[in-house]
Amino acid sequence: MAELDTSSGGGKHKGGKIRSKKASTRVDLTAMVDLAFLLITFFMYTTTLQKPKAMDLAMPDNSVKTSQLPIAASRSMTILLGSHNKVEWYMGEAGKSAPTVDNYGKDGLRKAIIENAKKVADTHNGDEKLMEVVIKPSDKSTYENLVAVLDEMKITNVQIYAIVKITQMEIDDLKKNSIY
Amino acid sequence: MTAMCDVAFLLLTFFILTAKPKVDDPSKAEVPPSTVIMPVADVNMITISVGENKAFYSVTEQDVRQEALKAMGEKYGVSFTPEETRRFSLTQVFGVPMKNLKSFLDTDPSELKNFPQTGIPADTTNNNELFNWIYTSRQAERALHDKLLNVSIKADRKEEYPMINTVVTILEKQKVFKFQLITSLRTGQK
Repeated sequence: MAELDTSSGGGKHKGGKIRSKKASTRVDLTAMVDLAFLLITFFMYTTTLQKPKAMDLAMPDNSVKTSQLPIAASRSMTILLGSHNKVEWYMGEAGKSAPTVDNYGKDGLRKAIIENAKKVADTHNGDEKLMEVVIKPSDKSTYENLVAVLDEMKITNVQIYAIVKITQMEIDDLKKNSIY
Repeated sequence: MTAMCDVAFLLLTFFILTAKPKVDDPSKAEVPPSTVIMPVADVNMITISVGENKAFYSVTEQDVRQEALKAMGEKYGVSFTPEETRRFSLTQVFGVPMKNLKSFLDTDPSELKNFPQTGIPADTTNNNELFNWIYTSRQAERALHDKLLNVSIKADRKEEYPMINTVVTILEKQKVFKFQLITSLRTGQK
């Protein structure tokens, strides 16, 4: 592959016979390969193989004042996002059931969501079998927390969820548990 | 030697073809991980980057950028020279208020890195700069390509919720109820 025919057609006349000059036909490739590898290294370091991912989020249209369906307290779960990567959740109405402080992740929030969804499915019939989750981020929670909770919705296959403004009463409760 | 050379060039070709120039994002946002696997589209997209309580803005289409700049100039009473408009259409991400935009565009590209980008003013009223940037861009896209722009939010993982809420409220105010949150792919089990 790397040979080039550098032999000249003619050559000098020597002894009456026309003989082609036998010069080395190999071209030194070292420099070219060096350069190629240098460029490979450069492009390898600069390319980002991991493209960013996009999470779809739909907010309710608040401009149309349609009759809002009341959420049945018995099948709603409210998740309050506090500071220090902690969450607090309770079932039903605020103040009526004791809230639980939990962590994010597999053994914390996800477990709770799955258990609650199961409970709701066991105690309800027909269309009401699905649990509704209300996500209330407090001002001290971070964007990572919000994404983590939305991600849990996807993982645990919760169909109905919404991001709602937190109330003062719930902020007080977060303060009481020192996660605000 | 021949085989190695072949492989080297094959790899080189691959990397050159897949390489995309890295966009210099002044927001320095480090996106949080999630399990979503849908990649971000790289056309017809408005991206609002949020980092350190500052909002940055970018649109993928250059002609939309130009139109939006024109409309914003009219709104805020700033006129831009053709050279400034051209520079703006080549600026990927920016985060300066309208009153500083002219000096931002007049700055030499080599010194742009040192230009203090204070973020685009954003609040929850109906008339703030971030609101108008998004609004005029969407109008420009409509007029130029008759398409709808997608909106995505790229925020730093440590960004506190009030700022995110501001951006979301701005989008809701102009009836953008569906948008995307940019995340990175979570590696490993958590």
